[in-house]
Amino acid sequence: MPPVLRATGLTKVFGAREQEALRLAGEGVGRDEILQRTGSTLAVHDVGFSVERGELFVVMGLSGSGKSTLVRLLNRLIEPSAGTVEVDGQDLRALGDADLRTLRNDKVSMVFQHFALLPHRTVRENAAYALKIRGVPPAEQRERADWALRTVGLLDRADARPDQLSGGMQQRVGLARALAADSEVLLMDEPFSALDPLIRRDMQDLLVQLQTELQKTIVFITHDLNEAMRLGDRILMLKDGRTVQLGTGPEIISAPADAYVADFTSDVDRTRVLTAGDLLREPRMTARLGQSPGEVLRALGAAEANGVYVLDDDRRIAGVARDDLLARARHEGRTAVGPRELVADYATIAPDRPLVEFVHLVGRHPVPLGVVDDDGRLLGVVPRAAVLDALAAVPVRREG
Amino acid sequence: MIPHIPLGQWVADLIDWLLATVPWLFDAVSQVMQVLVDGLTDALTTPPPVVWLVVFAIVALVVRGWGLALYTVLAFLLVVSLELWVETMQTLALVLVAAVIATAIGVPIGILAARNRAVSVVVRPVLDFMQTTPVFVYLIPAVFFFGVGVVPGVVATILFAIPPGVRLTELGIRQVDREVVEAAHAFGARPGQILREVQLPLALPSIMAGVNQVIMLALSMVVTAGLLGAAGLGAVVVRAVTQLDVASGFEGGLAVVLLAIFLDRVTAAFGQRTALSRLLGARTRRSPSRGTTDPAVPRPEEPAAAGARSSG
Repeated sequence: MPPVLRATGLTKVFGAREQEALRLAGEGVGRDEILQRTGSTLAVHDVGFSVERGELFVVMGLSGSGKSTLVRLLNRLIEPSAGTVEVDGQDLRALGDADLRTLRNDKVSMVFQHFALLPHRTVRENAAYALKIRGVPPAEQRERADWALRTVGLLDRADARPDQLSGGMQQRVGLARALAADSEVLLMDEPFSALDPLIRRDMQDLLVQLQTELQKTIVFITHDLNEAMRLGDRILMLKDGRTVQLGTGPEIISAPADAYVADFTSDVDRTRVLTAGDLLREPRMTARLGQSPGEVLRALGAAEANGVYVLDDDRRIAGVARDDLLARARHEGRTAVGPRELVADYATIAPDRPLVEFVHLVGRHPVPLGVVDDDGRLLGVVPRAAVLDALAAVPVRREG
Repeated sequence: MIPHIPLGQWVADLIDWLLATVPWLFDAVSQVMQVLVDGLTDALTTPPPVVWLVVFAIVALVVRGWGLALYTVLAFLLVVSLELWVETMQTLALVLVAAVIATAIGVPIGILAARNRAVSVVVRPVLDFMQTTPVFVYLIPAVFFFGVGVVPGVVATILFAIPPGVRLTELGIRQVDREVVEAAHAFGARPGQILREVQLPLALPSIMAGVNQVIMLALSMVVTAGLLGAAGLGAVVVRAVTQLDVASGFEGGLAVVLLAIFLDRVTAAFGQRTALSRLLGARTRRSPSRGTTDPAVPRPEEPAAAGARSSG
């Protein structure tokens, strides 16, 4: 299936000497020098990416990085200087004004940083805005708007005016307006930046929940890497209008492309980003039910460990064999590791859980934390050293 | 030495040329104005004063409250007792006609100026010129084109009163939250829809302040227009000045002030938040039914669409 949204070589120059600025940008000249030499601002240069259906794609950058311009290039609120945008395989730059308006109305919705609601209309009328423009009959407008308001938990305020609502509620209306339009693509321009931290967290939860249910194709702009890590399936790091790195959150944290990204990631709460799956290692050794205690004990000695996971034939964890129990079993002449040698002295976690949820379990048992799939099969282990290593990763500092 | 540039002569020539070329235009304008002013004057002066007094009081009550209603009753009773009722109504008719026409010209120009840089750049110095030229200068071409009487007075008043309507309309539209306008674009609204449903409603307080200014300027000019023989309070004041009649000069002046306060408070109330939201509240409650009569089906391209995209 082709991507829902594809951007190729997107470039935007603000200013009169566009062509010259484009040429310089193509030669790799920096933004400041281009401004100095042409008086034009290179807002975005040669950014390309594609977003699949159901993906939450985050564009992350500081103010002035061009991220707000970039998101407006995606629905042609700003005319690109070069490059193409395709929605569902349709080239936006080939569209006339009327077709472009139709596309914005029913394929690409937008949520704004400062909500941008119509102050003289009720919440319900705001939510129905795209439908009213579309010419949908009033009864259906109302039905769709009420559905969207119920989805964001605001139906009981449908007759209020925006200025009677708190910021978080107003942004829920902004979200409802985009949802009611029932468009595939949602462009969100720093939608939660103007909100208090606690409200922001609620809204992030709401978005995650909505995305699970509705599977929209979302481009989400933010300057907050924690938010980016929390929400984004993939993250595009933007600096001075250029792509610095494109990857999943853990990829960016564990292998920042340059000092700029590393600087950012040093501020990220890794315990919420890194999952058990990211820290997963192949266990140095495992034992099987039925192995001889002496053999397992020797292997433990070689591995300098005090315990080992004992697995059944399906790689499910039967228990942990501890060195002292193995020694007794050998002393008592037992030939196969069985239930009597096993203790439940271990903890397990699913691979998609973030570090914050299992950090307290690490290092408390003779065996490392076990990572298991839904059927209880051992996928790997998270040794204490791996956790400490991930948390202690020293960011690369920029020189000077 | 710097040679003398006969600017004034050119303007005089232009006026002569206009008079010789399109006399029918001035006749037509003259006819229309005359009919409008006469009709409104008749309507205001034919019934006994108490009829209009009650109407004015009700208007004051609705837009503002009991205080203004009480003022209105007392002020117009005083005007009646000064035996200036007819003159006051003649002036009111003149002001209303001039203000309505000035608004009808000024607000659209303001809208154009807000949407188009070039228009704004051209209009601004013209407005500066119109606002700083001494008021009597307006009277000269008005007399040339329209002779003496009510019509040149109305025309001069209109010219004098247009600028604030243009300026405050342009300002109001430019001050509408850019993100809200952008959101309208982002949801596929047509430029006409954005103007009607977003920009004008949000600019309404500023536009109403402009209309208020238009009316006040029209009132101040209307007295000056008395010099041209327009009937009303202007004529009363002019007669008092020429005869050095302090008593009737004071009475005429007082009547102007009473009328000015009434008009100012009533029109200012329209631009205020309470009156405004009442007005808008009534509008939006009707809007579902409006949706059926005015479906926003895609229509043929509007010429102004091209400018819509490039903001930001």
